Amino acid sequence: MRYSSFLPALAVFGLAACSAAFAQAPGYSNLGRTPSKEEIQAWNQSIGPQGKELPPGSGTAKQGEEIFASKCAACHGANGEGSQLAPRLVGGRGPLNTPTPSRTLANYWPFATTIWDYINRAMPPKQEGSLSGSDIYALTAFILYRNDIIPEGQVLDAASLPKVKMPNRDGFIPDRLEDIHSLRARGCNAGHCP
Amino acid sequence: MSSKRSLRRQFLKNGAALAGFAAGAISSGSTTLFAADTPSAGAKDLHAYGERSRFENDVRIGSLALWPIVPGSRRDYGFRSPLQDSIGIITPAPLHFIISHGHEPPDIDPREHGVMIHGMVDRTLIFSLDEIKRLPSVSRLHFLECHGNSAAAGITGEPRKVPSATVQDTHGLTSCSVWTGVPLSLLLGQVGVQKGASWIVAEGAETGKHTKSIPLEKAMDDCLVAYGQNGEALRPEQGYPLRLLVPGWQGINNVKWLRRIYVVDQPYMAMMESTKYPSARLDGKSRWFESEMGPKSVITRPSGGQQLSAHGFYEITGLAWSGGGAIRRVEVSVDGGRSWKDAQLQQPIAPKAHTRFGLSWTWNGEEVMLESRCTDDQGHVQPTLAELTKFWGVDADYFRLPPTTADMGNFNAIQPWKVSRDGSVSNALF
Ligand code: HEC
Repeated sequence: MRYSSFLPALAVFGLAACSAAFAQAPGYSNLGRTPSKEEIQAWNQSIGPQGKELPPGSGTAKQGEEIFASKCAACHGANGEGSQLAPRLVGGRGPLNTPTPSRTLANYWPFATTIWDYINRAMPPKQEGSLSGSDIYALTAFILYRNDIIPEGQVLDAASLPKVKMPNRDGFIPDRLEDIHSLRARGCNAGHCP
Repeated sequence: MSSKRSLRRQFLKNGAALAGFAAGAISSGSTTLFAADTPSAGAKDLHAYGERSRFENDVRIGSLALWPIVPGSRRDYGFRSPLQDSIGIITPAPLHFIISHGHEPPDIDPREHGVMIHGMVDRTLIFSLDEIKRLPSVSRLHFLECHGNSAAAGITGEPRKVPSATVQDTHGLTSCSVWTGVPLSLLLGQVGVQKGASWIVAEGAETGKHTKSIPLEKAMDDCLVAYGQNGEALRPEQGYPLRLLVPGWQGINNVKWLRRIYVVDQPYMAMMESTKYPSARLDGKSRWFESEMGPKSVITRPSGGQQLSAHGFYEITGLAWSGGGAIRRVEVSVDGGRSWKDAQLQQPIAPKAHTRFGLSWTWNGEEVMLESRCTDDQGHVQPTLAELTKFWGVDADYFRLPPTTADMGNFNAIQPWKVSRDGSVSNALF
């Protein structure tokens, strides 16, 4: 279905007839090296909303609480309330239909997978990549539990994390991910979208 | 802060004076003096690698203050380009604006760098920099612009609102270069994009590994994997040795220190694109992936903080650009938008690139309001502030709010500069 919505775009650039050519032998020989499976895995850090790339492992809020206290609280505050050094991770809930909406993780972020992905690639600063998959599931569970988004006992893993619905998931235009790519279809015009 | 601010003003004044807009009282004519004996250059040997004259000292300025900031204060996210001293359309690489979301450039050895393309492809491949340079290259003129450039709301809106704002404060988060590299479509052709793919996810190699989802349609259209900027290798703060160029789209797309392209079937909702860059509407909904930057222009001389030294002839000059295509027309008003005159456009005029305009003008000492507005080759015209606020359903007071989290990007309203009777020029957006 997504493919068919993309086809008109290909036609615009005169590529529809060449889509088969994508699969042909490349035009420039002996360029590029095939990486090993391990190399691909080591580099592939992107976690999408479906969570297809999430690694094995699991964690709960209780496990996360301890890791948070030792690795995150110094900057984000003992209860995730934030400090001069780092943004608030817990709280900040409130209406968004004001000129000064609160864009905190709990109030604004649309996908729980983004929390996992971001902690994995960027936190804690200077020790990025030091946390295990289970550590990150546990930290994500701790943050979500403290924000009343999941119950205390919930186990987060590759199957359950993508199913967590964030409070502001429906707060974006366009709503459906399939509808984002075409600025024209969305009615965007000269740099402004409705 | 205030002392830093005044240091910075002092600096800008000196810069303005050097640019030919002498500070101080209006004089009736030229008072230039020539040194009786021109000394030869300083002790430093510049034959191997050149430097600018010691008299040229315009610099990038952080969005919060002069760099480096005091330890413990807020991190500076944006470093603005000194457009008030810009000449022509090319931004020298060392003055190109920088936003790296607080991350410092990694120190990458180019012999060990490459880009991996994987995901929904027939052949996962890593291209070394050397291999990318073996491919047929293209060079293109393109501007880059932060989606928050010239925006009046949000953290970056603070310095742009005050009457003393310079064009560096108001519009310094855009720059223009000749970028050299290979079309991304060529690399995607090498790996063979599979049916069903509709997005790519591009990732950088810096700490934090900035990630951005880009529609495959755009990736196949005009994106570049660039290693050159203005005739030399990219500067480290611009992504050395390899960056993505997504012409005409919000700066955040142009992933620096590019190391990975993942071909997928939906946007991946990375942190910046899904939580920081959407712009909030007053009804509580947010627009995300606005992507294209609209038509915008700004007068760079005379502009905020400068001083007209004498009555008489001036060329009003500035820059115009549009993410939608090439600039077709720039009009200038000297009466606050009541009447408009066509400015002259300098060649070259390239799509999605800065275009330099100029209009001859004689200042007779009256207070005047200088404005420019551009039209691109799609026929889109740069809006007034009133048109923009109406479109967004806010009033101008919205932008007077203290630094809010409700930043509306892609702000491209017409920029007015007020020339007072004493020749001083100030920001008159509000
Ligand atoms: C040295 C201080 C520091 C430590 C320790 C730290 N963080 Fe952060 N964190 C930050 C800063 C600074 C940001 C903002 C980064 C930015 O905006 O680029 C941030 C941002 C975040 C965000 C995104 C919040 C938002 O609203 O944008 C999350 C989630 C996060 N950190 C989780 C964690 C977790 C989990 C840990 C412990 C493993 C941790 N951090 C440890 C400094 C820290």
